[in-house]
Amino acid sequence: MAKAKKKGLHGLDLDVEQIRTMYYYMVLSRELDKRIWILNRQGKSAFVISGQGQEGVQVAAAMALHPETDWIAPYYRDMAMVMAFGMTPREVMLGQMGRAADPSSGGRQMPAHYGHQPKHILTGSSPVATQVVHAVGIAWSMKLQGQAGVALTSLGEGSTNQGEFHEALNFAAVHKVPLIVLVENNGYAISVPQEKEMAIQDVAVRAQGYGIPGVVVKGSDPLEVYQVIREARSRALRGEGTTLVEAKTHRFTAHSSDDDDRSYRSREHLEEEKKDDPIPRMREWMESEKLWDKDAEDALMKRIKHEVDDATEFAEASPLPAAETIYDHVYGSSPA
Amino acid sequence: MAELSYLEAIREGLRQEMERDSRIIIYGEDVGVRGGVFRVTEGLQKQFGEDRVIDSPLAEAAIIGTAIGAAVNGLRPIPEIQFADFIFPAINQIVQEAARIRYRSNGAFHVPLVIRAPFGGGVHGALYHSQSVEAFFAHVPGLKVVVPGTPYDAKGLLAAAVQDEDPVLYFEHKAAYRSLKGEVPEERYLIPIGQADLKREGQHVSIITYGLMVSYALKAAEELEKEGISVEVLDLRSVRPLDVEAILETSKKTGKVLIVHEDNLTGGIGGEVSALISEHALFYLDAPIVRLAAPDVPAMPYSAPLEHAFMVTPEKIRDKARELAKF
Repeated sequence: MAKAKKKGLHGLDLDVEQIRTMYYYMVLSRELDKRIWILNRQGKSAFVISGQGQEGVQVAAAMALHPETDWIAPYYRDMAMVMAFGMTPREVMLGQMGRAADPSSGGRQMPAHYGHQPKHILTGSSPVATQVVHAVGIAWSMKLQGQAGVALTSLGEGSTNQGEFHEALNFAAVHKVPLIVLVENNGYAISVPQEKEMAIQDVAVRAQGYGIPGVVVKGSDPLEVYQVIREARSRALRGEGTTLVEAKTHRFTAHSSDDDDRSYRSREHLEEEKKDDPIPRMREWMESEKLWDKDAEDALMKRIKHEVDDATEFAEASPLPAAETIYDHVYGSSPA
Repeated sequence: MAELSYLEAIREGLRQEMERDSRIIIYGEDVGVRGGVFRVTEGLQKQFGEDRVIDSPLAEAAIIGTAIGAAVNGLRPIPEIQFADFIFPAINQIVQEAARIRYRSNGAFHVPLVIRAPFGGGVHGALYHSQSVEAFFAHVPGLKVVVPGTPYDAKGLLAAAVQDEDPVLYFEHKAAYRSLKGEVPEERYLIPIGQADLKREGQHVSIITYGLMVSYALKAAEELEKEGISVEVLDLRSVRPLDVEAILETSKKTGKVLIVHEDNLTGGIGGEVSALISEHALFYLDAPIVRLAAPDVPAMPYSAPLEHAFMVTPEKIRDKARELAKF
């Protein structure tokens, strides 16, 4: 929290309540994710893909946006982001358990393929970086229609090797669209470490090739992420176009419930990464600023446990989709 | 009623749609200042401005992907892919994204989008400026695929495609652009997607086809008329969804079916049409179903004798239909 400390609390455009809210969403996401792994091991949820370690980036980015006017096009690790942007734990859990009422897909997609039309969260697929071009289109259409908003899309660093990432950034730069492209660099594309993914240290330098700013930010410092995304948003609203933000972060779990990261990442290295966990870092900083104490922590954990239990029970009790709905929503009804 | 070329009918359709609906934007490579390499969009940027008729970077996946995003946020994009042969870099965006977004979001999102692309051969365009790509997309639930064969149908199908709430691929035959002319009403009209059109009535043989091959089949039918062979021509107009009823009706009527397409044989639309007839009208048939299509080679070669060997022509259709009539 070096930068935030240096600037002091009042150097941020966040009030104390927003800082606490930020922490709440980070912990909520961590605890909900842990519960999902348990459900997976119990055979109640077939697939988990985690954002543990990346919560600081995700929550800060979402909170720097305005859900009424802005859009996000997230990727599959962004549970903390979608919740900080308005999805509820119940809604997340409905998707995790493939329930009919899942707002992302009605139980059609694998878990963590978030989408929520009324809440401006774009539906996503599994082929990576496809959402980046969509976000350009959303941002471009905001500009063409004179809507005052921005789009933010996120992806892993491995996905920045896809052609669509490059096509999207070039298109965004040419048309100066109000867009933030947030790369959550956790150092791995499943098992492949960054040095085998690309010959550069910082994904952010790719921005130079398109004529847009590229910014590196420390992912475990949500206050800094917030400031950077906030500034990128202001730039976009001023008509100055797209910003590429790279947050250096960590993935504390295997790629997914079908992966075992012990085969490619040493436990020592993982322990080293866990020292940069955004959650204890944020808590310690809040304590040092006298914004938090043990009582507050206990109360928060109690509240979150209740919310996680509630989401789990709610989703478990919620009906599965009926087989005969398989033909629904292939096409809409079009006048012709 | 004015006589327009196939190309003029498309341009008039685009102009009329843009006048009607301010949410429509057109973009792609060279569509703005230049008016498109075939000049389909000529004059539209001047009329509607640079915010509605837009020259885009040369990147097909981005052209389609951004159109998806724009459609989600309220616009009605009509992106152009300069040649159907160049659509493949965008196939992930079309098949995995545009086609699946309604389904995968359980109806929460949808993508009203019309992708225009000139297709087809016979213009010395060789492998990469001649392809017929409709079968790739006709395979995909969530997409609609139309292939007009006349200026009249070109305008009416365009209006229906633009009005549709789902992604429509609109394939226009580049050899038809200036060679086909016909009466086209000035007022707006819709040709429902999925509705075939009986272009000629006959008794002995049914030719089921679409695209440029419609005019070729009609030429073949005229010649066969002189020989006493009466040929019916059914223009599918849409290859997804297919007009199953019309296909079965003509098959039952003549009992002899020749399916013609410019795309190569294996896995083409003809296989699907043939399967439908076999399933639902087998006992009405007086001869095996015949398919006439391009040979199963990777794509159309350049040099004239090779190109001719690839193309389905009115003569090839005539000969095949005559053979079938005599069966």
